[in-house]
Amino acid sequence: MHPLMELEAAYNKAQSDPEFIGELAALRKHYIGRPTPLYFAKRLTEHLGGAKIYFKREDLAHTGAHKINNALGQSLLAKRMGKRRVIAETGAGQHGVATATACALLGLECEVYMGTEDMERQKLNVFRMRLLGSKVTPVDSGTKTLKDAINEAMRDWVTNVADTHYVLGTVEGPHPYPVICRDFQKVIGEEARCQILEAEGRLPDLLIACVGGGSNAIGLFFEFIQDESVRMIGVEAGGHGPATGMHAARFAGGVVGMLHGAMSYVLQDENGQIMGTHSVSAGLDYPSIGPEHSYWHDIGRVEYAYANDDEALAAFTMASRMEGIIPALESAHAIAYAAKIVPALSKEQVVIINMSGRGDKDVQQAARFLLEGGDSL
Amino acid sequence: MNRIDQKFQALAAKGETAFIPYITAGDPTLSQTARIVLELERAGCDVIELGVPFSDPIADGVVNQEAAQRALLHNVTLHDVVALVRDLRKTSQVPLVLFTYYNPVLAYGVEAFAKDCKDAGVDGVLCVDLPPGEDEQYKRSLDANGIATVFLAAPTSTADRIALIAKQSSGFVYYVSRTGVTGERTDIVSTVQGMVAAIKEHTSTPVAVGFGISTPAQASEVAGYADGVIVGSAIVRLVGQYGEAPETPAKVYEFVKPLVDATKSAHRTASV
Repeated sequence: MHPLMELEAAYNKAQSDPEFIGELAALRKHYIGRPTPLYFAKRLTEHLGGAKIYFKREDLAHTGAHKINNALGQSLLAKRMGKRRVIAETGAGQHGVATATACALLGLECEVYMGTEDMERQKLNVFRMRLLGSKVTPVDSGTKTLKDAINEAMRDWVTNVADTHYVLGTVEGPHPYPVICRDFQKVIGEEARCQILEAEGRLPDLLIACVGGGSNAIGLFFEFIQDESVRMIGVEAGGHGPATGMHAARFAGGVVGMLHGAMSYVLQDENGQIMGTHSVSAGLDYPSIGPEHSYWHDIGRVEYAYANDDEALAAFTMASRMEGIIPALESAHAIAYAAKIVPALSKEQVVIINMSGRGDKDVQQAARFLLEGGDSL
Repeated sequence: MNRIDQKFQALAAKGETAFIPYITAGDPTLSQTARIVLELERAGCDVIELGVPFSDPIADGVVNQEAAQRALLHNVTLHDVVALVRDLRKTSQVPLVLFTYYNPVLAYGVEAFAKDCKDAGVDGVLCVDLPPGEDEQYKRSLDANGIATVFLAAPTSTADRIALIAKQSSGFVYYVSRTGVTGERTDIVSTVQGMVAAIKEHTSTPVAVGFGISTPAQASEVAGYADGVIVGSAIVRLVGQYGEAPETPAKVYEFVKPLVDATKSAHRTASV
């Protein structure tokens, strides 16, 4: 508990220190490339024939995903705390790459834990992390995916806590992690609010984001949570469909439990054993969801839906061909769900989809699935 | 009076330290676990910790992780482990503590779990990923059923936390000898004795030390100042090695007996 309390105290102090705030703001602007654009997806809008669709272009942030927002913030914090070493877990590899990048920038030693199944399907990101000077440690236990990488990172952290900071990559884990990660990600929604007011002169009607742990979704949603007119939908990974048991749709099949120090909806059996998950996207392949999402779900503020693997793959192709934007397979889940509901919305309505990451990392994986499915790539 | 408290009182009267082994319940099978428990008792173990297998044991090193996986291959559940204790009570009165993660307890239902523990003859529960103060109902329910609540203190615990851990722990306080996960180590870190003394300033509840202890020499060293010596992974490794073989309980006995003897013959430098 003490390291968590120490982290909370250091974080609170940093948040009220103009020097920390200034340093982070400068790095966001000059290093990450913020603000990221809010882009009107004209052809996709015409194709779906309903509400106007905007993409919040987190895929254009340095390293290609929103993950850098949190990784850089936490790595700066680690340096302030006098930690010489940083560790992280990664699923799709985007958080690992973002943390490796931040550590290269700040001169910190970095080690990333990654499930062997994820290493296989995200080889490019494994190479990127190593190129950036990080050690990538394979995790071969359990389901060999994100949850097991978190287990191993937590084991490392409790062992080496004196000189090591654990950069948890999503709004999960014990307090204060969900708060810290949310705070570093909420810049997405803050920017989107200004940008949509400039573009449309009003607030959006609907926000859609994919939800693994839920950091990109919380980043977009948080700024709008008090605006009752703004509807929000988090899209989970439906995998082969919740009925098959091969999925990561926590609200469709989970019950409240505790995993990795957070109480939330968890996919588990009746005896409290955590269940394996499946998704075509490594970044959504996690049996629990950020506790604040569970709260928003239970109070009815945010709706949660899911998109299956094949729907996400179809959206992956659609966004690529219609907008010239190859989305991350994670983000493709948000697009897939938008494609289902947007045609029924009126043309006056405005939708923002969080394009949480770019899909370069996924092209090999997607090609395999699409070719298997008879697509003429 | 709870069997754990009775045991520590009896030991204190003799100036002895408790020897507390840990094994994973259901590794490789529940019936083998029952036989091992009886051999541990015969070897002179004072309290026995039964690990409840969990899919994501973040506080455990690889030896205990693999043991949990072996047990989960047979779908061993928390209900099964409680039932195992009920069976053991037909032949044994050795104090038994369940070493579990929180989620299986939540899934069981905290109230029902506490009641079933009492009915089965469980004496204490250690929930490794539940810090004291995080679930009041857990503490209340176990207290109401006379089940000891063991909590962990660590080298990183501050004075405030130690005070809380000491206050909320019953049966014994489990001091984790080093930062990190379960597993054998070559030496005992120098801060252990001082931390045990610091905990004892806050409570008369016995303090047992675990994580990293595997040899008679280490057991003897720790027994010099702690009320209990806990050995886990080294025994679990042995069980993993022999598995379902009929000689496994005897092998465990042979391994544990020198640890028990070293613990019992240690010269106490600090009073209980």
